Amino acid sequence: MSSTIVSLPDQSTARLPKVSFMNKENGLLSWLLTGDHKRIAILYLISITFFFFIGGALAGLIRLELLTPQSDLMATDTYNKVFTMHGVIMIFFFLVPSVPATLGNFFIPLMIGAKDLALPKINLLSWYLYMAGGLLAIYTMATGGVDTGWTFTTPLSTHYVNTNVLTTGLAVFIAGFSSIFTGLNFIVTIHKMRCPGMTWFRMPLFVWAHYAASILMVLGTPVLAIAIVLVALERTIGIGIFDPTKGGDPLLFQHLFWFYSHPAVYIIILPGMGVISETISTFSRKRVFGYTAVAFSSVAIAVFGFFVWAHHMFIMGISNYSMLVFSLLTMLVAVPSSIKIFNWAFTLYKGSITFETPMLYTFGFMGLFTIGGLTGVFLGTSGTDIHLTETYFIVAHFHFVMVGGMLMAFLAGIHFWWPKMTGRMYPEKISQLAAVVTFIGFNLTFFPQFILGVLGMPRRYAAYPPEFQVLNVFSTAGATILGIGYLLPILYLTWSLKYGEIAGDNPWQATGLEWQTQSPPLTENFLITPIMDHEAYDYDWLDKQKEKEVTIVG
Amino acid sequence: MTDQREMEESQHHVVSPLIYIIVGSSLLVLTGVTVWASFQEWGNFNAVAALAIAVVKAMIVVLFFMHVKYSSKLTKLTVFCGLFTFLTLVGMTLADYISRAWGSW
Amino acid sequence: MSDSTVVAHAAPEHGHEEHPAYLRHHFENTAQQADAAGFAMWLFLLTEVMFFGGLFTAYLIYRNWYYPAFVEASHQLNVVWGTLNTAVLITSSFTMAMGVWCAEMRKQSGLVLCLILTFILGLGFLGIKTVEYKEKIEKHHVPGFHYSLKSFVDPQSDPEIYKEYHDKPLALDMARHTEVYFSLYFVMTGMHALHMIIGIAILGFMIFRARAGAYTAGHVTFVENFGLYWHFVDIVWIFLFPLLYLISRHQ
Repeated sequence: MSSTIVSLPDQSTARLPKVSFMNKENGLLSWLLTGDHKRIAILYLISITFFFFIGGALAGLIRLELLTPQSDLMATDTYNKVFTMHGVIMIFFFLVPSVPATLGNFFIPLMIGAKDLALPKINLLSWYLYMAGGLLAIYTMATGGVDTGWTFTTPLSTHYVNTNVLTTGLAVFIAGFSSIFTGLNFIVTIHKMRCPGMTWFRMPLFVWAHYAASILMVLGTPVLAIAIVLVALERTIGIGIFDPTKGGDPLLFQHLFWFYSHPAVYIIILPGMGVISETISTFSRKRVFGYTAVAFSSVAIAVFGFFVWAHHMFIMGISNYSMLVFSLLTMLVAVPSSIKIFNWAFTLYKGSITFETPMLYTFGFMGLFTIGGLTGVFLGTSGTDIHLTETYFIVAHFHFVMVGGMLMAFLAGIHFWWPKMTGRMYPEKISQLAAVVTFIGFNLTFFPQFILGVLGMPRRYAAYPPEFQVLNVFSTAGATILGIGYLLPILYLTWSLKYGEIAGDNPWQATGLEWQTQSPPLTENFLITPIMDHEAYDYDWLDKQKEKEVTIVG
Repeated sequence: MTDQREMEESQHHVVSPLIYIIVGSSLLVLTGVTVWASFQEWGNFNAVAALAIAVVKAMIVVLFFMHVKYSSKLTKLTVFCGLFTFLTLVGMTLADYISRAWGSW
Repeated sequence: MSDSTVVAHAAPEHGHEEHPAYLRHHFENTAQQADAAGFAMWLFLLTEVMFFGGLFTAYLIYRNWYYPAFVEASHQLNVVWGTLNTAVLITSSFTMAMGVWCAEMRKQSGLVLCLILTFILGLGFLGIKTVEYKEKIEKHHVPGFHYSLKSFVDPQSDPEIYKEYHDKPLALDMARHTEVYFSLYFVMTGMHALHMIIGIAILGFMIFRARAGAYTAGHVTFVENFGLYWHFVDIVWIFLFPLLYLISRHQ
């Protein structure tokens, strides 16, 4: 029995398909004016990678500054700008679009047997809005930056800083519409364009996860939009809506901001969870345990996610009764997430597990997301939150779920679907090394931050008491390793585009309609409309298909 | 598949102009009623009445002008989801403000 | 090889005479396309509901906190203009609905007439709004632009309004809160007016296309979905009118 499920065609005779979405039309304009969801996905992939490295460079600056207790690398005001832009870019221009705009865009139509998303022009518009917002954010940085923290808390952002709050707000506003249009497109597509036989409960769980995230995108993002508009009006005209001297309440901004920003974290993580469902099934050769539970838990996370936003405001001046209610509801929202972890664990049980790179990232996700999620429950308990909030405990918590969770899931997905998107396989050994390096680097970077938080080190501070230095040095060392771990995929994935092995249609022996087409797929995805006649993750059906295939000799 | 049939039905159903005239006139009448009501002295009930009338007006616009009464279950569910999320935002935020006045326990 | 796992069903030869020109190729048929477009429009309207939702939240909070200021400030709005505007907008919703009916019944001249009427009524609404805004500017009731508390600390200085409502003078701090009312008034009606302007622009475009017969050949999706948008804008005003104009007009 081999320790890998990879099955590539004979490399001496294998060729990339003559016609695919990559070479159907040539020229820059055919990419910039495309309606093809797969090309748009690639456009997004390149752009979010670009923004990820800018956000990462800013993270490097943060960790470099925090090597020493004094604010010696940069002025404290500059440090404020660095962590603000790190947050803004990473959240709005990397994490939110990461899986949906790349893998979601590429694979949702393929997975449901459709030729494209419902609204291809809106899809392209979505990318242009993303680029406009992103370039505006970079312009903001170049012209002085913004130092309010990514949360733009009032009245700091409206009355007390002279930095580029308006331009950053506009950048985020525009990116918000990009997100809304993506979500809208997905919901319409999933409802209206499933191929014959593709019932809701035969769809891959990846699609369910994106459906739930899309509901959040459509319903939550507009509230962020109005919050930004009101901040802009407050700053420019002084309408007084957040100004206590005029009778306004600064906390109103926070209610509106977090009404979006809490569901935003579920917008971020749900597509990642969708990826994990796919990889964990493929690399255990087993259907996902409790398909219905995982599907419904995605929707439950989306629904409950709307009821918990004030747990970000426990110390801000909400009433004690609100604290009670929101704390209780936060306990509830943890339940569907844990249901998923349990179901994935039971998928592993008695499965034929192999450890290809996507699976390494998947295991990383399961462990790190669990820790991150559990610490979220500690923070949801208002009693402990009072001590832990605004400390490094929060920073560690969200980096565990966002980076240890989401970024690992994103990398799992990229590696899993790379052969399908490009037709080429990446080099396995170095990719496994990169996954391990990332895992080690991540833990070294962020675990000390939990301890720092409990010990009392505040977040968003450039200078700190000297007794915290040792843990900070560990954290920075980890960040360096983590940086290497993220750099490696850029190098070998790019290398694989020219020199990678030809992957063939289904190198992972995976189920799912996307694996039954050529790699890379045709522009129209399917020459004839597929008819779905089996359940999701049906490995028996896959075996029967292989029996039917006849090898042509000569 | 009921989805398919519902889809075709909702597309083929043409709402008659008579319904539009009835709804339009009702809206104008209700506007008059709400203005009249605001000149009455009903104390706290004024606000309730104004909102209630507005809700009725909005409902008949949604059901008849926007054809939701003749639309698929999906459309009705979509409208409901929008309403529900709106009420969550307004309700839970207002609950915080109102409960602040209750003091600490 | 690639599609062998998929059950092949007879793929019709793709001739362009077999389907209307407006059918996009990723859809199976025009019914699916129209259905998807309508659903997409409803989802967009949901985003608009949530967008305005933030403003309604702010309004309800501050009305609750500063009720006396809100009452007196709302007296500054002319109830005649407001009611007239409401009637104008309701009528434009009616003409829009009739326009959709004309499109469905393929009555081209009827459609064009209805769209033109809706357009004119929309402009009428904005015209009345302009008159109202001008009055507010003249009385220095625009937040952030030399906002004046005079009418509220000394209501008798405003004889027209005082005649109707006999408002009591507000204490200075409560009088200051009238600025919050007017902030909300301008932001909410301004946001609404912005949506009206966009709608009227699209109406202009539609009138041209309707005259060319674009919507009366069986493809009514655009008119139908615009109708949804227009009715939504009407619904926002249906709530804005009582909340801003009719807080308490007795005494």
